[in-house]
Amino acid sequence: MSIAIQADLHVAHSDEHEHHDTSGNTLFGFWIYLMTDCILFASVFATYAVLFMNTDGGVSGKDIFELDFVLIETAALLVSSITYGVAMICAKHQKKAATLGWLLITFALGCVFIGMEVYEFHHLIEHGNGPDRSAFLSAFFALVGMHGLHVTAGLIWMLIMMVEVLTTGLTNRSVTRLSCLSLFWHFLDIVWVCVFTVVYLLGAL
Amino acid sequence: MSFFGKLTLESIPYHEPIIMVTLAVVGVIGLVIAALITKHQKWGVLWHDWLTSVDHKRLGIMYILLALVMLIRGFSDAIMMRTQQALATNGAAGYLPPEHYDQIFTAHGVIMIIFMAMPFMIGLMNLILPLQIGARDVAFPFLNNLSFWLTTSGAVLINISLGLGEFAKTGWVAYPPLSELAYSPGVGVDYYIWALQISGIGTTLTGVNFIATVLKMRAPGMKLMQMPIFTWTCTWANILIVASFPILTAVLGLLTLDRYLDFHFFTNDGGGNAMMYINLFWAWGHPEVYILILPAFGIFSEVISTFTSKRLFGYSSMVWASGAISILGFIVWLHHFFTMGSSANVNAFFGVMTMVIAVPTGVKLFNWLFTIYRGRLRITVPVLWTLGFMVTFTIGGMTGVLLAVPGADYVLHNSLFLIAHFHNTILGGAVFGYMAGFAFWFPKAMGFHLNERLGKASFWCWQVGFYVAFMPLYVLGFLGMTRRINHTDNPAWNFWIYFAAVGAFIILAGIILQFVQLYVSFRDREQNLDTTGDPWNGHTLEWSTSSPPQFYNFAKLPHVTDIDAFTDMKEKGQAYQREQAYQPIHMPKNTASGIFMAACITAVGFAAIWHIWWLAIAGLASAFVLFLVRAYDNDVDYYVQPDEVTRIEHAHLDNVVRG
Amino acid sequence: MFIRKLSTAMLAVGALMLAGCEGGVLDPKGQVGMDEKHLIIVATLLMLIVVIPVIFMTLYFAWKYRDGRDHEIYAPKWAHSKTIEIVVWLIPVVIVIVLGVITWNSTHKLDPYKPLDHHAKPITVQVVSLDWKWLFIYPEQGIASVNELAFPANVPVNFKITSDTAMNSFFIPQLGSQIYSMAGMATKLHLIANEPGTFKGISANYSGAGFAGMKFNAIATPTAEDFDAWVAMIKQQETTLDVAQYKLLAKKSENNPVQYFGSVQKGMFNYVVMQYMDPNSNMKSMGSMEDMDHDQHMQHMKDIDATQHSEHSIPTHSTTEPSSTVSGEAE
Repeated sequence: MSIAIQADLHVAHSDEHEHHDTSGNTLFGFWIYLMTDCILFASVFATYAVLFMNTDGGVSGKDIFELDFVLIETAALLVSSITYGVAMICAKHQKKAATLGWLLITFALGCVFIGMEVYEFHHLIEHGNGPDRSAFLSAFFALVGMHGLHVTAGLIWMLIMMVEVLTTGLTNRSVTRLSCLSLFWHFLDIVWVCVFTVVYLLGAL
Repeated sequence: MSFFGKLTLESIPYHEPIIMVTLAVVGVIGLVIAALITKHQKWGVLWHDWLTSVDHKRLGIMYILLALVMLIRGFSDAIMMRTQQALATNGAAGYLPPEHYDQIFTAHGVIMIIFMAMPFMIGLMNLILPLQIGARDVAFPFLNNLSFWLTTSGAVLINISLGLGEFAKTGWVAYPPLSELAYSPGVGVDYYIWALQISGIGTTLTGVNFIATVLKMRAPGMKLMQMPIFTWTCTWANILIVASFPILTAVLGLLTLDRYLDFHFFTNDGGGNAMMYINLFWAWGHPEVYILILPAFGIFSEVISTFTSKRLFGYSSMVWASGAISILGFIVWLHHFFTMGSSANVNAFFGVMTMVIAVPTGVKLFNWLFTIYRGRLRITVPVLWTLGFMVTFTIGGMTGVLLAVPGADYVLHNSLFLIAHFHNTILGGAVFGYMAGFAFWFPKAMGFHLNERLGKASFWCWQVGFYVAFMPLYVLGFLGMTRRINHTDNPAWNFWIYFAAVGAFIILAGIILQFVQLYVSFRDREQNLDTTGDPWNGHTLEWSTSSPPQFYNFAKLPHVTDIDAFTDMKEKGQAYQREQAYQPIHMPKNTASGIFMAACITAVGFAAIWHIWWLAIAGLASAFVLFLVRAYDNDVDYYVQPDEVTRIEHAHLDNVVRG
Repeated sequence: MFIRKLSTAMLAVGALMLAGCEGGVLDPKGQVGMDEKHLIIVATLLMLIVVIPVIFMTLYFAWKYRDGRDHEIYAPKWAHSKTIEIVVWLIPVVIVIVLGVITWNSTHKLDPYKPLDHHAKPITVQVVSLDWKWLFIYPEQGIASVNELAFPANVPVNFKITSDTAMNSFFIPQLGSQIYSMAGMATKLHLIANEPGTFKGISANYSGAGFAGMKFNAIATPTAEDFDAWVAMIKQQETTLDVAQYKLLAKKSENNPVQYFGSVQKGMFNYVVMQYMDPNSNMKSMGSMEDMDHDQHMQHMKDIDATQHSEHSIPTHSTTEPSSTVSGEAE
């Protein structure tokens, strides 16, 4: 999976040699990449839909999902999308300090999300409900974990972008890259809304 | 866990003389090539102008070279299978024990589809598509280079499996639970997973790249419905790549989790569901065959309209037929397993949908026919391949529709009839198309002609060999012979098995002639130079450039007003115009980042196969660092100065006048 | 060796050509197979209506309009004709509509899950694919056999098929349809032999090293009495197929000889299926099975049997979702 995530970074950055008016190409290419990512998620969603009843005598979603906890997690990610949006507005207006500030807040919120997810996974595995327990848990860990890996990749990318903006300022290149990351970040948000609905809400019912 | 994970000296199959001899031969050939390069002092050229190139034309040539090398590997497997079956009749064991034979048919399938047909197709697309749309390169040239090296990385891994460990013994589809740890504990399936995964990601990136190229980089004036037909069919193929390869990525990823981390997606126990794998696999696998065939359809269209000196009949019909095939290709995957026990309604639906694909395909055939109608068909090598295709593929299509009838499939599924059918379409369709494209565009890519006589001889060997090799398989399928068996004991089958083996050797002669043709043509290249850049009186923009095209493709971007843009320019007298002054041309610099990153990823794949975790982590980290270095490298482009462009262009135009 | 074999083969060409069709799917001995052969022929003939003209036109046009025949009309700019376009779309459409109707009807008629319409009372055989052999359990007769299947001719046979290994496909080419065998679920197949004979049975889906040897003879006995005699012969065997025996049998073996079991522990087939099935996963380990009190165990088996039957009555869904196109009675 990490390879796939790296791949998106290439799409984002691969054509910086074309200085003139290619940021449109980059964004468009990155958008197509996101569509492939969307299908990747769709495949794993389909797998989850097929396997979520196959608990093999073990726990089902009802037994393990804590909606309150996931709701906070969800809120953190949703708010991070808004803060990233603000960061983008600042970037478009060439406000370097404000951009960095909002990116930092987004980064922190993303870390909260990932931290909570890691805690949830750890908790499940400790109680013998790891992915090796049943097909349902395999599908759960794969789907949520894949999203988590994407978010982690996004966080690393964000960190790099913060360093870039700090050192080179809001150049054409960094704004294009920030726009790609913006697409990526919002995309992950949408995927999470689906995960939250399909996995947690429907599972906890 | 030891330092080298599961890897020990015993992983080398010393006891297999066939493999050891093969490795020795490969080693010797490698040394000879290295010696030749050293002798002619070409290492620098190889590195600076080829391996690190971001030029789509050079990447295209390298893709095709990769395909030819893997063709030899995949075809050796084919010959071994046919001889094994011929020697193992009447209950005899033959010379290949099951554990070897089973690797061979798996490798044959994977190599021919993923590492022969795909690189061949993508190579031709790389070579020609940007030229056809009047672009100077693809949208993301560095990404293009990286895609190539990722594909190569997969090919390298599959070849390492020959001498280190084993390859999968599961069939090229690697159905679980057979491919799960419980039934395939060795490293074979892991080689399969990582080779496919890495090259698959490369292919996905190619799809992304070329969609962006086609939508964003067309020459001024070129509307979508004025794109050359080959560009169109490639575009449909790229849409299919982007929509289907992520499914392969996902399904291989899930199988990886099953095998490495004890997940239970497709296992027998733990509530796993192997049918999910089969569905997902074919949700990729069926579009995949259209990814292979659609560009071939485009090639046939170009060849026919060029060599009849006529416009393509029914251009928009062709475009929409390709689109219909692409979309329908996504809703027929279940026909690969009618025998799984789905309800009659489901089977019937997928059967009928499959047949519907025959409609746009049939339309294409008729359109080619009416392109020949009232034309002036020059019977050249590409035309021979095309005519051979039209006859052969029609038969393959017919048997395909027959297999799409669930009631017929219940007795023909997994039989040699099926094998005959898909070779009939993939070989008689896709590969014949690539061969036509190879002969058609060779002068454009290399600047000299291929030897016509040897090309024709090769074609006839292929054509005759194909029928001798595969028609018996239809019969054997009717006789109840199933695929993937290493020995037989049914006397009624023997004759046809021997017959098919003869066919394989006739095809071998065709392949050898193909390589002889390459050698002879290269030897005599000085007498067969293509000085004009337009050896066939072509219709489309690639023929308006020199052969081989300048590294910047077009000194001045052409303005397009017609589907047959170059014919249009020639008729209006606008071709070969000398410009008084050229603009500086912005070009990307070559870079070693792609090959280095792919090398790291190869190491990661290898490490994952053998559970050498430190190497996997080191490889990933290095790839990431290399990527960052590339991302922050500011020295990635340059400008070709107008006086240099003028010099190059005028030299070419002088050549044209002389020609 | 190869050449010698080849020359022998060449000499035998004539004889073989004549015998060529024997024993395959074009030489069916059962109603299902006959219908399928008929379907293959009809569909092929229908398609030849387009295929033959296309091949002919390809060769004829290529010859007629080849370069150098300057007396033929040459129309380099002619690239569109509404009439031709309509005709070339219409011809395949018509053929596909006809073929589609045939397909729809025949798929329902030949549905392997559909019991055959026949006056005789069907017999039931439970089929288990193992590494690398076939186990046939006769629940009504209480016997089992390995790599040999018998049933009376002219009596429908209801097969229930599962696997205790990788996926295989249960196939007797001369009788008709095949169906996958998959662990943790039971697929169904209905066949009949219209005449007595011994037919070759195979696995048609590759399942590992011993796959080529997964063969059995399917014997259609001339009369019901002959079948009873076969059953009686097997009943004389001392060996009982119980869990312990089954465990031994399930071990990997290649080219397994024919084996008979004079009696079979009740619920054996369901036991095999339930090993991999939710929610009774505690049955997975053989150890716990043997520790179980026998009666309690059998009671358990009956329960499973009941659930199974109730699940059998649920028809397979007919949407195009991958999740429901899987045959899964088991899920």
